[in-house]
Amino acid sequence: MATSPRNGRIPLHWLGVLPFFVFVFLFLILPSLYIVFGAFRGPDGGFTFDNILGLNTRTIRNAYWVSIRVSFWSALFGCAIGFAMAAAVVLGGLPKPIRSPMLTFSGVASNFAGVPLAFAFIATIGPVGLITVWLRTEFGINLRAYGFNLFSTTGLILTYLFFQIPLMILIITPALDGLKREWREAASVLGATGFQYWRMVALPILFPSILGTFALLFANSFGAVATAFALAGPQLNIAPILLFSQIRGDVLGSPGLGYALAFGMIVITGAANALYIWLRARSERWLK
Amino acid sequence: MIRFFAWGALLFGSLFFILPLLGMTEFSLSMRRGVYSFDAYRSVLADPQFRATFGYSVVMAVFTIAFGVLLVVPTAYWVRLRLPGLRPWIEFLTLLPLVIPAIVIVFGYIRLYNTSSFLPLTGTAMGTNFLLMFGYATLALPYMYRAVDTGLRSVDVVTLTESAQSLGAGWITILARVILPNVLVAVLSGAFLTFAIVMGEFTMAALLNRPAFGPYLQIVGANKAYEPSALAVIAFIITWGCMGLIQLVTRFQGHNRVAR
Repeated sequence: MATSPRNGRIPLHWLGVLPFFVFVFLFLILPSLYIVFGAFRGPDGGFTFDNILGLNTRTIRNAYWVSIRVSFWSALFGCAIGFAMAAAVVLGGLPKPIRSPMLTFSGVASNFAGVPLAFAFIATIGPVGLITVWLRTEFGINLRAYGFNLFSTTGLILTYLFFQIPLMILIITPALDGLKREWREAASVLGATGFQYWRMVALPILFPSILGTFALLFANSFGAVATAFALAGPQLNIAPILLFSQIRGDVLGSPGLGYALAFGMIVITGAANALYIWLRARSERWLK
Repeated sequence: MIRFFAWGALLFGSLFFILPLLGMTEFSLSMRRGVYSFDAYRSVLADPQFRATFGYSVVMAVFTIAFGVLLVVPTAYWVRLRLPGLRPWIEFLTLLPLVIPAIVIVFGYIRLYNTSSFLPLTGTAMGTNFLLMFGYATLALPYMYRAVDTGLRSVDVVTLTESAQSLGAGWITILARVILPNVLVAVLSGAFLTFAIVMGEFTMAALLNRPAFGPYLQIVGANKAYEPSALAVIAFIITWGCMGLIQLVTRFQGHNRVAR
């Protein structure tokens, strides 16, 4: 240990982390607590459950439900496709030089979110996008006639996949690297087929990682505002956009209800993240 | 057989990523009917709003990075040196911005720091700028802290500090001339990531009513046809540039470090 501070009595070394704690308290903890308390505070300042109960209207229920659905499906497809791509590169016997560019690109794509991402998808499969026009002129396929609309929840899920898949690749690749050759060899010596090895050895080991990443992806898309806002505008009824409109112009007609709406979002993303942290701790036991 | 499926998965995935990039590039070039041209880019670059908001976001990013480095490096160093028991707590706190959606955090800011509060930051434009910077720093905190803490792991903090002290260095000298150069690569990685985050951020700037690049993109997107694609290409190049610079500095470190 280094030399102790000059004053033995007053623990001065705590001062070193004081700025950090003051910052985190003022700009992260306090604002969040303010929302949480606001959710349980009535117009007169007293404690109430009215705001939480007030969430039970058609519009708000619907907003949460659409948000949950979009987050669920984009996380599910993100996990499945990301896993397939990572497994293809790590275990599928593809040439080694593919790996590093794929991880770099994943780093870029997982950060290419927000408003520009919406523009890219509008230019590609929007009403006059590259693919839409190409399908119509070359094959006479009208995507609209098949019920596809980019400015709907399906379109939102498709767009979110652009950052969900790379995030899955970035998180799951180290886990796939952690699968030891010996396990596979041991399984095949004992007579297991490739399918049995995956079902009984590899997947159970990877399962906490996969489910944990699923929870993370879920939370990731649940809180996203910018992409949805740029894609479909303020009238798209999902929880973050409803909150956005509420902050701008009190569309719900009750400040307390706004706090409750935000509180509900914290609860959902908090639960998903708690699941992620717990499962990651479990998966690290095997992959060390 | 497995290889066939592997190629299939990779190609399918790559197509999904290449097509939107291709789409936006093609669209951004087709402002003039019939031929490819840079008209959309010219129109974007000539827009004074573009220059103003882009400049604003760059300045905000620089200040956010400076603030983040000043906040995170001494803290991470001090925790490693003197308060290792605090690490799990700090790590938990730095992960919170990933748990609490940005829109909820900024909602709290607006209500907490309004003109009638103990810290009326939203009362003036400068105050709101500071609030936005703190917000950006909060969003970047998980990445910045992780990067610096990982950088410090490969450095023998205790020995370095003791050597510096026995040569008569004070705390500021130790931090600025001993610790910082050792974790420079990590700090730069965190800085470039922060830059990418700040340049693209929409929610906080929009709700705090600051003229940043993100809200500008959204307004252009709602009103113009070809310019948004040109802006998307520019934004993608910025993100790509930031990630490329991270790779570059990390590789640079590999050559610099003596093998043990």
